[in-house]
Amino acid sequence: MMDILNILLSESFWAASLRIATPLIFGVLGALICERAGVLNLGIEGIFVVGAMCGWMAVWLGAGLWGGVLVAALAGAFFGLLHAILTVPLGLSQHVSGLGITLFATSVSYYTYRTALPNVSSPPRIEPFQPLDLPMLSDLPFLGTVLFQQTALTWLALLLVAVVWYVMNRTALGVALQAVGDNPDSVDAQGLSVYGLRIGAIVVGSALMALGGAFLTMSAFDAFFFGMVNGRGWVCIALVIFASWRPGKALLGALLFGAFDALQVRLQTEIGALVPGQVFLMAPYVLSIIALVVAARSADYPRALLTPWFKGQR
Amino acid sequence: MIRIEPRQTQSRAFAVGVPILSAVIALAFAAIPLLAAGANPIQAYGEMYKGVFGSVFAFSEVLTRATPLIFTGLAAALAFRAKLWNIGAEGQLYLGAMAAVAIGSGVLDVPGLLLLPLIVVLGAAAGAAGMVAPTYLKTRFGADEVVTTLLLNFIILIFVQMMLEGPLQDPMSLGWPQSAPILDQGMLPPLIERMRVHSGLILALILAGLAQFMLARSVWGFRLRAVGENAAAARHAGINVKRSLFGVAILSGGVAGLAGVSEVAGLKGYLTSDLSPGFGYTGIVVAMLAGLSPAGVVIAALFIASVFVGADSMSRAMGVSSFLADLVVSVSLLCVLVGSFFARYRVVRASTTRAAS
Amino acid sequence: MKDSTVLKLNGLSKRFGPVIANDNVSLTLNKGEVLALLGENGAGKTTLMNMLFGHYLPDSGTIEVADDSGFLHPLPLGHPQVALAAGVGMVHQHFTLAENISALDNITLGSEPLFAVRRNRRAARRRIESIMAQSGLNAPLDLPVGRLSVGERQRIEILKALYRQARVLVLDEPTAVLTPQEADALFENIRMMTNEGLSVIFISHKLREVLAFSDRIAVLRHGRKVGEMATSDADEKSIARLMVGAETPELASSRMAPGAPVLTLSGISVTGRSKRDTLNELNLTVHAHEILGIAGVSGNGQSGLANVISGTTEPEQGLIKVNETNIGAPNPTAMVRAGVGRIPEDRHREGIVGAMSVAENMIIERLDDPDVQSRGLLRREAIQDNAERLAKAYDVRGPGVDAPARLLSGGNIQKLILARVFERSPSLILANQPTRGLDMGAAAEVGRRLLEARARGAGVVLISEDLDEILGLADRIMVIRDGELHEAPSRDREQIGLMMAGEPA
Repeated sequence: MMDILNILLSESFWAASLRIATPLIFGVLGALICERAGVLNLGIEGIFVVGAMCGWMAVWLGAGLWGGVLVAALAGAFFGLLHAILTVPLGLSQHVSGLGITLFATSVSYYTYRTALPNVSSPPRIEPFQPLDLPMLSDLPFLGTVLFQQTALTWLALLLVAVVWYVMNRTALGVALQAVGDNPDSVDAQGLSVYGLRIGAIVVGSALMALGGAFLTMSAFDAFFFGMVNGRGWVCIALVIFASWRPGKALLGALLFGAFDALQVRLQTEIGALVPGQVFLMAPYVLSIIALVVAARSADYPRALLTPWFKGQR
Repeated sequence: MIRIEPRQTQSRAFAVGVPILSAVIALAFAAIPLLAAGANPIQAYGEMYKGVFGSVFAFSEVLTRATPLIFTGLAAALAFRAKLWNIGAEGQLYLGAMAAVAIGSGVLDVPGLLLLPLIVVLGAAAGAAGMVAPTYLKTRFGADEVVTTLLLNFIILIFVQMMLEGPLQDPMSLGWPQSAPILDQGMLPPLIERMRVHSGLILALILAGLAQFMLARSVWGFRLRAVGENAAAARHAGINVKRSLFGVAILSGGVAGLAGVSEVAGLKGYLTSDLSPGFGYTGIVVAMLAGLSPAGVVIAALFIASVFVGADSMSRAMGVSSFLADLVVSVSLLCVLVGSFFARYRVVRASTTRAAS
Repeated sequence: MKDSTVLKLNGLSKRFGPVIANDNVSLTLNKGEVLALLGENGAGKTTLMNMLFGHYLPDSGTIEVADDSGFLHPLPLGHPQVALAAGVGMVHQHFTLAENISALDNITLGSEPLFAVRRNRRAARRRIESIMAQSGLNAPLDLPVGRLSVGERQRIEILKALYRQARVLVLDEPTAVLTPQEADALFENIRMMTNEGLSVIFISHKLREVLAFSDRIAVLRHGRKVGEMATSDADEKSIARLMVGAETPELASSRMAPGAPVLTLSGISVTGRSKRDTLNELNLTVHAHEILGIAGVSGNGQSGLANVISGTTEPEQGLIKVNETNIGAPNPTAMVRAGVGRIPEDRHREGIVGAMSVAENMIIERLDDPDVQSRGLLRREAIQDNAERLAKAYDVRGPGVDAPARLLSGGNIQKLILARVFERSPSLILANQPTRGLDMGAAAEVGRRLLEARARGAGVVLISEDLDEILGLADRIMVIRDGELHEAPSRDREQIGLMMAGEPA
């Protein structure tokens, strides 16, 4: 018991938690924007892969780190646009389209990687983002150390939480997005474009998802592996329900998840002899299911989620 | 100005034409990545054709590859018919395979003749259990089965790895994480001498035929279709929606479990954690290409198996990545989805000056 | 300038496939005027207004709208934004409000630049409050709309249009969801607004309110304008004749001596998700040879009552007896077996499985019957024969019994459901809004079938928001409010209206 307490009080533990949470923050925010506008985006898993691959490859080809981030976001936006076209004006099954995007985006990424690097045994490395030393903040006790160990992408994720919150709750755009996810007719009757709002939300949301992938290859690791996303996208879909589509709670959910994941890694080293390591590996997925089950009953789904809307058919 | 109107009739031509056209478009699309890889597409298609139809052995490989896809395709098609989104066939496949090696490798002292039926039944039961759990979470707590089945795939795969390093590990494997082999009397017999295609294919075909018949002709199939098409009306008409969902969950999970049984007891003989290269996920594409019809699943599975086998053989001959097959498969799914739009709706050009004639 | 024209519709036509919805309709609207657009369901009123508002594109015809200074300009067709900008506001029958945002946000939606970093909510609030003061329309501005009453939502819909500086306001069946008293208040507000220069078109099929509140009346029938007159020159009989073509055939509704009770509900309570399906110790008895009409304002427990009688909701407490036998565990199958025939409110959502064939929909409630199945397999020939016989007997028209039911028109879907229900000679019939959205002929057919069933000895529970329908058919009337039922002491419209509003009768 003492051990767990020690872990929970250590700065490195919380730094690791925030690091693990970062891609999930991007992913949950992205999924949140899409679903708030009324469209489920199961392309998230594949868009993570695309973001990871494109970001890494752009840097590897010499684009610079921020260039890589931009390329990743654009690639995510592209696949988001594809999902948007299929699900918004064409009104096709959001489930099937999303899964199709995931399969397509994943295979495009793998094929491109394999074609660009046909015969590598160990994946080539890039120089990833380094921890950002912000003069004032890193002097803070405890928190300073936690934050001091983070890269610019984590800062970007935290900043985006605030931005998304502000846009959703304080701007006309956010109000329109919430309305289009509740009752598209309300938006249409007031002369706004349902298609425009939804397509825009999916494109932007998908770009954020891709940043989650890019974090993996450009900050958490320094190379691209097959299977490296490993269900993180699906976890985000569970977390967004847990967060009841609110940016603040999304951050909280991602942090809790990160903390739990960091804890299991440390417990594994402590009591790993007693329990097979796989039990710890399973834990995050089990935790996601539990979070989903707990939140599902009271979840206030956007009313128009999964329902296609056609112009002139009311 | 362009308007979208629902079609007043359902055309049979679309039901058949859309999947075929999607397959053709997806194959044609492959020319782009082939060119990007610096390969000659014509030559590549030739190699793929040879890889599929070049010899009896080549085609028997297609049949071997199609077998698990028929099972997982059926699993998806049945569940999707009831609008139960079982995305967990991958995990259920592993559960079936695990049950098969757990019983089949000589742990239980079962008379030889009974071993194979027992493996099949328990394998299916294990797969079914893997779908009943998410269905319970859905009906009891409202937890979206898409997410739970997806996450369960990861949990089950890790569990398989744990078992293969633990209780199920073959003592003779020198520490390699693989199970003990299934006894000979527990194996599905091969269909053709010296080829890998096995009687799991027969089982798959029988199941597809049975599913086709039951869906169209039985009260059970009627209920399942009603629940899938309009659960509120089905409930109002006195159909027990929950029972129908659990029924289809058992069936869908069970069939997916059989995919695992068929792979270990028909092909590999033992279980490793890379038994399935995503058969469960590919099954979704198979089901969609088949328009969720069990008979269509057989044809779609043969097509997709051909793409995989052909791409493998082309990859060996020309050095192009075999991920090309995954690309073709995913593009065909997206095409069939777009095609379903044109089967349901017409796009009409409406002009502002058109007279009311 | 009371007589200056603010809106002109010139020869508008619109067809949907083979159906002519509007045929060469022309209308003018003057400043400060209330024009009633009258017609039966399906006469083309809503289509006409949807063309005005840009939701539908007319096949031919033009629209002209006056600008601020009274000059008429042609309105580009098919663009809701343009219609909004030209000062045409529409309040739909089905509200177009987002329930998860506040009234204020709903009203200002679309009127602010989307990509501005800051909103000026204070200025917006001031303007809305001044409009509320001017028009007398009041509603809480900061609560999510999902928490507001139907009347409040309707006022917000009107405020939305006024906020957009509408000079022409179109109200589509505005009183369908209101009590008679709420409706009167609404018309008073409208009068206040027209005095300020607003022009109003209101769509209705209720003669009474049209005569009481409009300045001018235009009547549509089968998509054509068949008459136009000043309200002062109109009387109920003449307009009714215009609407339906000839005098409405009075439904023979001579009373019959009630028989034994066929349905008894005692102390039924249901805690629903909303007020719509919540019941509070409700009691009710229906006898053979009796039609019991349930009047009430929409959303006062009608859904809950219908759910209990159709077996889709199991009450938390209370007893259900059908034909004096206790129903222990109510579910749809038990109710059907006990002899209850159910005509659901939403025929598309609960009545049929649209993707399945007409024949299959005709047997969906009796899958266990031996004439439908044997040993778990469907008897396809018997099902086919049954369907063809019923389609003939009940005049279900469409592309055939093998075609998906969704291809049928609304009236024919209702006939399919009637066939399914009446074929089993039920001893109790639940008819929930059975004529909503049907044309005259189909609605009359429903009434005829209900009276026929009553004559045969069935009891009928008729739930309707249309008081006229209840007054025309029911032998006895009860009023539902807040999940409770009260016997109406008389058939007096005013008194029932007061009961619906919850005031002591």
